[in-house]
Amino acid sequence: MPQTLSEQQVLHVARLSRLKLSSADVARYARQLSSILDYVAQLQQVRVEGLEAMSHPLPLHSVLREDRVEPALPVEQVLANAPGREGPFFTVPKVLDTALDGA
Amino acid sequence: MTILNELSAVELRDRITGGEIKSVDAAEAVFQAIAAWDPFLHAYNSTFRESTLRGAEKIDRDRAAGKKPGLLSGVPIAIKDNICTTFGTTTCSSKMLADFRSPYNASVVEKLQNAGALIVGKTNLDEFAMGSSTENSAFGPTHNPWNTRRVPGGSSGGSAAATAAGLCSAALGSDTGGSIRQPASLCGIVGLKPTYGLVSRYGLVAFASSLDQIGPLARTVADAALLLQVIAGHDPRDSTSWPEPSDDYLSELEKPLEEVRLGLPEEFTGEGVDAEVASAVRTAVEFYRAQGAKIVPVSLPHTRYGIAAYYVIAPAEAASNLARYDGVHYGHRAAHPEDLYDLYAASRAQGFGPEVQRRIMLGTYALSAGYYDAYYLRALKVRQLIKHDFDEAFQQCDFIACPTSPTVAFELGAKSGDPLRMYLCDVFTVTCNIAGIPGMNIPCGFSSDGLPIGLQLLGPIFSERRMLRLARQYEKNHDWHKRRPQPPAAEPRHKQPD
Repeated sequence: MPQTLSEQQVLHVARLSRLKLSSADVARYARQLSSILDYVAQLQQVRVEGLEAMSHPLPLHSVLREDRVEPALPVEQVLANAPGREGPFFTVPKVLDTALDGA
Repeated sequence: MTILNELSAVELRDRITGGEIKSVDAAEAVFQAIAAWDPFLHAYNSTFRESTLRGAEKIDRDRAAGKKPGLLSGVPIAIKDNICTTFGTTTCSSKMLADFRSPYNASVVEKLQNAGALIVGKTNLDEFAMGSSTENSAFGPTHNPWNTRRVPGGSSGGSAAATAAGLCSAALGSDTGGSIRQPASLCGIVGLKPTYGLVSRYGLVAFASSLDQIGPLARTVADAALLLQVIAGHDPRDSTSWPEPSDDYLSELEKPLEEVRLGLPEEFTGEGVDAEVASAVRTAVEFYRAQGAKIVPVSLPHTRYGIAAYYVIAPAEAASNLARYDGVHYGHRAAHPEDLYDLYAASRAQGFGPEVQRRIMLGTYALSAGYYDAYYLRALKVRQLIKHDFDEAFQQCDFIACPTSPTVAFELGAKSGDPLRMYLCDVFTVTCNIAGIPGMNIPCGFSSDGLPIGLQLLGPIFSERRMLRLARQYEKNHDWHKRRPQPPAAEPRHKQPD
């Protein structure tokens, strides 16, 4: 397993993470993340065969509430922090190709 | 000059409900102290003078009308700025949420207010609680009140500094890998991370959901117990909240534990621990021995993998939790995006600071195809081993004693260029979150530079009631907690001529 990250890999991870990085960022993160991953690599020394993964500290499983309609936030409150809105909607840049308009 | 802001929360509450002190006067004293001192500390991101004074007037009116007071009647409390309040902003000290106004209150905020507490302000933190020095705040660092060139610790550095300096009676913080205990240690106060699930996380902005826990920072053990009494308990709005009723943390607080066995883990001493820290902790353990405690050596062999496991698990959970900041629903949005992908990527790159970006990428990498088994799954198995170490140790002892932080407060900038060095600050605190057990810091001395040193107590799950008694037993026989940092005005830079 690689213990260092290439700039190529950083760019890939940044894309998965939805982070737009400058080339200076990429170089810096490649260095820093490599040093962290190098440290984390010591986990490979531990014998873990047959062990169950522990995702949570308490024995709580599938906690469900009663299936009952409860009041939700009013639309105005939901949209109060929206950086862009139109009527009762959040706005985003156009995602469909304009050629499809009116089809 | 008033010292109303320096009384303990218990004493202040008693004097207010007893009619000796007006709640309004206590609140005014806190805001005077904030005005005088916070420009040097930057403990607060925002303060609520008007609503606090209005609340204080109501406390005074209710008392005059003979209404039954709450457990925290008139007590000024500070809230870490990653805990949601409908009043003011909840910023997480991030540019991403600089203007975010929560539509609801966190459960802990409701509980504090129902108990009569006055919320005086929101305190600074490392952005999204990621850090150990409060230097990762988008709004500038908090300074340590004992020495303003030093960090207060983190990520609850604002809550710790405000509490130590008397800019509130006590505060709430959150602890994912030491973020309550380490700043409490560096600022010379009490800080408690409760058992996972004891305090509702509803309204706590999620960082690493299986590790995060809200808890009190206070100047005395009794104050920490009082806050825990108010905030603990099941909450149906948090599905990870423990469904059993919480304990009574107050009634037997003054009663020392009998025949307590105190475990000393061999892995928590030696390399990397300041000599003065090691010596102060040893002296504290000797105190317990002299009081009749049985000191037993214990072993937590997987402790040395704690930081490595933590820096896979916490970033993995953070990467998932922070996916919600998309520049669409709330938070920062980049101007003029080219398309939807660019809207996400540019908003996130502009809104998140470097440490948050590092952890998101680290977590994304650990969860990505081809690396999931080697990093994330393996870290969760090591987590099992770390928990198992504690289970074994607590067969032989009731509580574990060790340093909270290997060093006293370091200088601002000393570690900010090297993320990994900063991560190692958490070496004694992360395993507690990984295992889900409770842990607390109590002041146990000062370095030759006059900086606080902290003792950490760790116990089995839901042992807070007894842990607080053990802590109180130490505090009752020492006066470290009575020393307070001096505000800048009272600290002449040079001797005045006669």
